[in-house]
Amino acid sequence: MTVTIDSDGSGEHANTPGGSASVSPVDAGAPGDLRTSRAKLVVRRFARNRNALIGLVVIVLLYAAAFLSPLFAPWSYTELDYDNFLVSPSGSHWFGTSKVGEDMFALVMRGLQKSLTIGLLVGLISTSLSAIVGATAGYFGGWVDRAMMWLVDLLLVLPSFLILAILSPAFKGKTWLIFVLLLGLFSWMITARIVRGMTFTLREREYVKAARFMGQAPWRIIVKHIVPNMASLLIIDATVNVGAAVIAETGLSYFGFGVQPPDVSLGTLIASGTESAQTFPWLFLFPSMFLVVFVLAVNVVGDGLRDAIDPNSAGGRRKDRRKARKEYQDAKDKARANAPALAGKEAS
Amino acid sequence: MTAAQTMFDEQAPSENGPVLRVSDLTVSFPSESGRVQAVRGLNYEVSAGEVLGIVGESGSGKSVSSLAVMGLLPQQARISGSIKFRDRELLGLSDDQLSKIRGKRISMVFQDPLSALTPVYTVGDQIAEALRAHGHSMSKQQAHNRAVELLDLVGIPNAANRAKAFPHEFSGGMRQRAVIAIAIANDPDLIIADEPTTALDVTVQAQVLEVLKTAQEVTGAGIVIITHDLGVVAGFADRLMVMYAGKAVETGQVDEIYAHPRMPYTLGLLGSIPRLDAEERQPLVPIEGQPPSLVDLPPGCPFAPRCPMVVDACREAEPPLSDVDGSEQHRAACIRANELIAEDPDAAEVFEVEAVEEAAIAKVPREQRPIVLSVNELVKHFPLTKGAVFKRRVGTVHAVDGVSFDIRAGETLGLVGESGCGKTTTLMEILGLDTLMGGDIAILGNLTTSLTKQSRREIRRDMQVVFQDPMASLDPRMPIGDVLAEPMQVHGYSKQKIASRIPELLDLVGLRAEHAERYPAEFSGGQRQRIGIARALALEPKLIVLDEPVSALDVSIQAGVINLLDELKAKLELAYLFVAHDLSVVRHIADRVAVMYLGKIVEIGEVDGVFGDAKHPYTQALLSAIPIPDPVAERSRERIILTGDLPSPANPPRGCRFHTRCFTFAALPEDKRQRCLDEEPVLAAHGDDQQAACHFPRARAVL
Repeated sequence: MTVTIDSDGSGEHANTPGGSASVSPVDAGAPGDLRTSRAKLVVRRFARNRNALIGLVVIVLLYAAAFLSPLFAPWSYTELDYDNFLVSPSGSHWFGTSKVGEDMFALVMRGLQKSLTIGLLVGLISTSLSAIVGATAGYFGGWVDRAMMWLVDLLLVLPSFLILAILSPAFKGKTWLIFVLLLGLFSWMITARIVRGMTFTLREREYVKAARFMGQAPWRIIVKHIVPNMASLLIIDATVNVGAAVIAETGLSYFGFGVQPPDVSLGTLIASGTESAQTFPWLFLFPSMFLVVFVLAVNVVGDGLRDAIDPNSAGGRRKDRRKARKEYQDAKDKARANAPALAGKEAS
Repeated sequence: MTAAQTMFDEQAPSENGPVLRVSDLTVSFPSESGRVQAVRGLNYEVSAGEVLGIVGESGSGKSVSSLAVMGLLPQQARISGSIKFRDRELLGLSDDQLSKIRGKRISMVFQDPLSALTPVYTVGDQIAEALRAHGHSMSKQQAHNRAVELLDLVGIPNAANRAKAFPHEFSGGMRQRAVIAIAIANDPDLIIADEPTTALDVTVQAQVLEVLKTAQEVTGAGIVIITHDLGVVAGFADRLMVMYAGKAVETGQVDEIYAHPRMPYTLGLLGSIPRLDAEERQPLVPIEGQPPSLVDLPPGCPFAPRCPMVVDACREAEPPLSDVDGSEQHRAACIRANELIAEDPDAAEVFEVEAVEEAAIAKVPREQRPIVLSVNELVKHFPLTKGAVFKRRVGTVHAVDGVSFDIRAGETLGLVGESGCGKTTTLMEILGLDTLMGGDIAILGNLTTSLTKQSRREIRRDMQVVFQDPMASLDPRMPIGDVLAEPMQVHGYSKQKIASRIPELLDLVGLRAEHAERYPAEFSGGQRQRIGIARALALEPKLIVLDEPVSALDVSIQAGVINLLDELKAKLELAYLFVAHDLSVVRHIADRVAVMYLGKIVEIGEVDGVFGDAKHPYTQALLSAIPIPDPVAERSRERIILTGDLPSPANPPRGCRFHTRCFTFAALPEDKRQRCLDEEPVLAAHGDDQQAACHFPRARAVL
């Protein structure tokens, strides 16, 4: 036997958002308003998380800066300032200049345009792929599982850079979005194996059985029950992938596709800036700073999303609990205010 | 056994005082929301040779208090008061000093025998370790021999060989015996058993209690047995302490407490137990609500919010334990104890439970009602395979081997048997609606083999399931509203209909409409099981399959769920297939009962017939293993203890499958035995609606 400590005892009464306590359920005119579906609840819980909202705002601001800065920045990323090579940040060159006189601010903003999309898309694609493949293989088992895991193992043992190098001539000159796809395609396999393992245990849970016995279609069971129950893993995986993709992109650009000069990305900027990080720090610092801010923001949003989906996390309820505690405290104070007569009696 | 007994000392006469004296014990833990006062001033003592039962719901502090005695609480626990073992203060001793007492003079039997044994050592080695750890100047060989003796003492057949087995090769009951053997290895003065039988089957539960009794007789130790089920300790304990919210609320001699409980909580606990010996169906007494949070308890009696007898005075101060009935031993903490003395009401009166009215359909004779489910000669075998790459078949598990029964509208069939007898496999075959290995299943007249996609959907709608574990059967990440909506979405209900049905369903099972937007984690076990039932009801099914729906719940909560099932059945004219291993629950809820043993039904029939006059020896043994919450009756009962465990279904015994454990068989003269060995008995009619599969059925009083 374990000692169960009922910490929710006080939350029991305080935790009715939307004030539905006053609505009489059965004879309410619009019953559609009564129920809050999971999607709505998740959004509500997410919106309660201040850090996550700040993260979201930061990402939006980064996008806005990246795409709107050409309107007000003094230099464009293609212009060269022949009078100023390698100058430190100043009034006319906010982030300094490179050794051929490019304006670092314009470069970083241009790089940001690419890298934001690369990071987010790759994170999304690779994690979705691993969730779909892993959950399908794990849920169905049998030959579906064997075929899919064979594919996964194959992709894992093949050095992806080698394949990309071989494929690169075919994609030369095509849009850089193709290579977002390729990056995504080569980074999902390990997670897929983990997801498959988790699915094996999840599919034996009684709630999955219950869904099966009520006639729910397999893919719906995967979407409604299995994936949400691994959301924490998937979200962490996606946020890690975002940062990794921005860096991995430099390696691929080296093979001559993706972002090519004179176009830049944060990855290529960081790669070329590393050599001079000690001597001309602005070449390295500004792009890496933006990368760090971006990855942090994604992480915070990811944490918020995880807390919003996971009902056991404190994050989604924090405000509620504070409210509950306050209400409880108020009630107690009131009781105390009403009780002095009684207390006095006892004391005497 | 005599050899073993000589290894235990007789109690020295000078040590006649109490073995353990706990006074003013308080334990608190830090938690997120404040300090949890898990135990709040507990006093008790145990003498040598005495059995003290500590009873209470989960979270009442009963385990924490005994862990405090053992010195096994985590570092952050704050403990005060006094725990005296043989006049030696245990509180404040260092872990090293305690270790010299622990395991040697005080030993403990835990709830889960699987995690109490180390999987990588043989059982014999683990017992020998307990012996050698406490400075017995014993050679390895001596310790091993002693271990074998101990195993023999706790009733493990062929002990010398079994001592070399690993824990996973033991069944649950045998593991618990091994744990008891370790506990008594050093001739302790005190044994603390924390829910020692909760994780076990009823038949095994009886065996384990018997072993504990033997252990007590040979060691002369005092025993503290902790349980949430008052039925278990009725025949075993001498004195009882009922705990609630970290305090004792009633203490006394077992007989007095069972006959005249003086605290409404005890009364409720007693009333919540379904009784095997009940003549007619009485409503069970659920104790509504949950134990209070032990952080910041409000003033007054902690039971007041759930108490049916509550008056304003209850909320003012917490009543102390005081003598009742003029007896110094019987004490209760209730200001209205005197009224209980005066009136001596029964639990149903105090808690105002009303009997459920019978459904209209139940008055129609059984033959005229339509058949909802019929199972005919169902067979399910699993292959046993070996090898990782090339699997070869090395045997067959005969999980279900020719099972037939039917359920008519508005009727409950209880399917009972030990774990491993094939109950769950039968259920899964029925629910799966897939092709069968043998036999056939018809639901509402449709054979499962001839189903089209459309008709399969319709049947899914008419047949719903409620699972055993309320924690696992609800998706933790889905709000209750979505959980209830899911079956309706699958079956194409409109959005408006779903939205209006959810509050209806919640109301039906006694929850509030605004609960729809909470997650399952915010509900207690009993409430979650109600949600599971609501989900099953969503599509207005005709048949509900219940897989041990109450066995994971505390007895007091269980009563509420059983009452709900009773009520729903009457209101909605449902048919239930109720799988359980607890026969008293089945007696309470079922109309007919089928007893399964090793994949076959050995006895089937109307509940009163089967329970009142069981013909098959296995049914008799099962019934006799169920404790009755009445110490007087319990002590005078002759218990049939089945020897050994369920044989492996991979290799069922020849002839009658039960003959290896059968007491009737053992008593038969040699010439008649042959029939049991050669010929498999078939179900033969005894009376109107009762069939038993035994060659030599004879009646036997078991209650």
